Amino acid sequence: MTRRPFDDETPDRLYAVTGGRSRAHETAFDLVTLIISERGPSPGMQSEHIRILHMCHRPMAVVEISAALGLPVSVVKILLCDLLDTGRVSARHPSVRSHADDQSSEGRSLSRVQAGVQRLPNVELLKKVLVGLQKL
Amino acid sequence: MDSRSSDLTDCPPLAGTAADAVKIVIVGGFGVGKTTMVRSVSEIRPLSTEETMTQAGAGIDDVGAVRGKTSTTVAFDFGRISLDDHMVLYLFGAPGQARFWFLWDSLFAGTLGAVVLVDTRRLDDSWYAIDRLEHHGMPFIVARNNFEPPVHSLDQVRDALSLSDEVPLIDCDARWRESSKSVLIALVNHLYALSAAQETTP
Repeated sequence: MTRRPFDDETPDRLYAVTGGRSRAHETAFDLVTLIISERGPSPGMQSEHIRILHMCHRPMAVVEISAALGLPVSVVKILLCDLLDTGRVSARHPSVRSHADDQSSEGRSLSRVQAGVQRLPNVELLKKVLVGLQKL
Repeated sequence: MDSRSSDLTDCPPLAGTAADAVKIVIVGGFGVGKTTMVRSVSEIRPLSTEETMTQAGAGIDDVGAVRGKTSTTVAFDFGRISLDDHMVLYLFGAPGQARFWFLWDSLFAGTLGAVVLVDTRRLDDSWYAIDRLEHHGMPFIVARNNFEPPVHSLDQVRDALSLSDEVPLIDCDARWRESSKSVLIALVNHLYALSAAQETTP
C-alpha cells in the first residue's frame, strides 16, 4: 500500500520525520545530486529512510526522491544527510555546483550583482549538453 | 495524492553510470505551457514536488512578498533527459511569481541557464521574470509559445519586453518535441557563445 503523503498525517509529521531538525545541512545536496544506495536497510530504521534505500538502487536525483516521497525538498535533504553520514548512500554531486558552499547566499547575490558577472558553465560541458540534445 | 507517489513506477531508471546532472529552468506565468514543454522532451512523465522555506532563511530579495508568513511554499514540475551514459539534464518548469524568486538561490543556483516562456496575450507576466533573471545573473533566452498563430512580429515582442539585442528571442510550439528541443538547443548555443567569449576575455 502506498501511504498518502500529507493528507492522513498529523500537521506535526514533517517535524517528526526530521526529528525536529531544520535546515543545517541542506547545502550538502543540490536539487540534482544523484543518490545511490550502498547498503540495505536495517531493522528499526525510519520508514522514509527505508523507502529511500529501496528506490535508490539506481541513481536518483534528490528532487525525484522528493516527488516520490511526497515530501518537500528540504526535508528530503535532511533525511539524506542521515543516510550519507551512516554510509548507507553515496552522493554524486553535479560538476556545476551552486556555489553556496562557502558563502551565504545573500553575500553571493550581492557580490554577483555588483560585479555584473554571469556565472557561465565551461564550454566543454556545454558541448556535451549540445551533443546530447541534438541526439534527442 | 496517491498517484503522486506511484508516478515513479512509470519512470525508467537512470543508467547506473549516470554521475553528473545539470539543470535548465523554464520560467513563465500560469498556463503559458511550461509543463507542456517539459512533457514534450522529457523521458519521464513530468513529476511535481515542492519546497518550503521559513522566513528565518529568507532575506535575500522580495522579503516584502512573504512578510507576515512563517513559511512559503513553491511547487514546481520537472522532467529528465539522459544526455549520455554519464550526463543527465533535469528540466524544471517554475512559476514566475514573487515567492518563487525568493527561493531561486536555494533551489536553482548552479542552473546552466533559463528559458522565459512567454504568451503574447499576457506579456506583463514576463517582465518580472526577465528582471529577476537579470538580477540573479542568470543567462536566458525568450521563447514565444504559439498555441495559436501569432499576431505580432518577434520585433514587436522584443520592443514590448524591452529585450536587449543580445538576448535570443524565438518562436516555438511547446506541444511539439522538435520545437521544444530546438528551444533548448538555442539556449545552450547562447550559453556556449557567452562562455566562449568570457574565456577569451579574462
